[in-house]
Amino acid sequence: MEIGFYPGCSLKGTSSEYAQSTLALAKAFDINLVEIEDWNCCGATAAHNINHELATALPARILALAEKQGLTEIVVPCAACYNRLTVAQHEINKNPELKARVAEILQMPIEGKVQILNVMQFILKYISDKITDKVTKPFEHKVVCYYGCLLVRPHDILQFDRLEDPQSMDDLMRKIGATSMDWGYKTECCGAGFSVSRTDIVAKLSGRIVKDASDRGAEAIIVACPMCQSNLDMRRPHINSYLQTKIETPVLYITQAIGLAVGLDRDTLGLKKLFVAPSFA
Amino acid sequence: MEKQGYITTIKGKTGVNVNRCYQCGKCSAGCAVAEDMDYPPSMVMRMLQTNDEDNYQSVLKSESIWLCVSCQNCLTRCPMQIDIPSLMDYMREKSLEQNSVNKKSKNILSFHRAFLDSVRYTGRLYEIGLVAGYKVRSLKLLQDMNVAPGMFMKGKLPILPEVVKDKKQISNIFSKTGEVHSGPK
Repeated sequence: MEIGFYPGCSLKGTSSEYAQSTLALAKAFDINLVEIEDWNCCGATAAHNINHELATALPARILALAEKQGLTEIVVPCAACYNRLTVAQHEINKNPELKARVAEILQMPIEGKVQILNVMQFILKYISDKITDKVTKPFEHKVVCYYGCLLVRPHDILQFDRLEDPQSMDDLMRKIGATSMDWGYKTECCGAGFSVSRTDIVAKLSGRIVKDASDRGAEAIIVACPMCQSNLDMRRPHINSYLQTKIETPVLYITQAIGLAVGLDRDTLGLKKLFVAPSFA
Repeated sequence: MEKQGYITTIKGKTGVNVNRCYQCGKCSAGCAVAEDMDYPPSMVMRMLQTNDEDNYQSVLKSESIWLCVSCQNCLTRCPMQIDIPSLMDYMREKSLEQNSVNKKSKNILSFHRAFLDSVRYTGRLYEIGLVAGYKVRSLKLLQDMNVAPGMFMKGKLPILPEVVKDKKQISNIFSKTGEVHSGPK
């Protein structure tokens, strides 16, 4: 089976292990993820912070390219890209004037009918039912699932999971044998795009998240967003210095955790690329 | 701006009617960065409700609008479903337009500019270029020198940028949407 794939910029650079593990997991379940040809950056925080029209046109080009390639469904693992693409498509569809304007900017037709799936939606739709049979090494660890902001908000547009206490990632983790614990920071913000320009804010916000996970005895924090992952993982020295303690709880992508459970090896899943190394894999 | 003006303009541009806010404070309570802001989100709403030009200008010059990290928690919890994140986006654009960007927030803007420059030239984000561009704009030349080698060793920092084939289309998107700024600002 073939489904479209929008990696986005992070997955080609700082979060290449997220791309590796997503592609490997799909392959293990006989799904071929086909990259959208000549895709561009979604514009991320920078575009929507300072230019609304640009923030709509950049994701629109990606959607128009997917349509041109005949892809009706695309998987977007980065929560920030997923959010931008979904919001842009929603805005275009509810405003015909904007749709015409965007088509004019792009010099391309755009229908606005591509199904956009985040990684959890992709797994739930195509893999979830088959996981139990495939688990060869149950992921028997205590974990907390960290959803962050952009997978669940704004709910009116994304329509994904519950707002304050989402469950989809927790359910998937239980399916592979993990103990998914209740905690207080499931949907709190990690500091997102301030990683470089306001590292102090990221250290504080991510610090609170990591500390709660550690206080509750989690062996890993499970995420589905490259921004969350790099703030909690790569920024750990800043976090530790903010907390004045050393926390060694690793931060794994959900695709890495499931990948391990179905027997994929650590190199294929890019586990070496994590800054805080997991002790169990 | 004339009296009567901005509340209507904001409503026209963003759909947000600031007068619907009844000051319950849930946005400020849930805001990730309220404690770092000069005015928390509920106060920004109250200031805008006054329809007073001085208050409007204070918001445009505030650090708050640039510190808003767009986490969407305020909108999620607002009993009136007021889209504060979209309002913040709009206020940032206005602040930039009239050159009122808060001095303490210049680095945040520098980062956004460096990010978009990278996308403008290659169609995709080139992380080394982004950090270099940010350093030139912010003059924070030594920042993160200790993180870069680790990233490089882990294969997380490709040396060469990924480049979109249709660069012309990307640059058209930037110019047609008015995003023509370039160089340090």
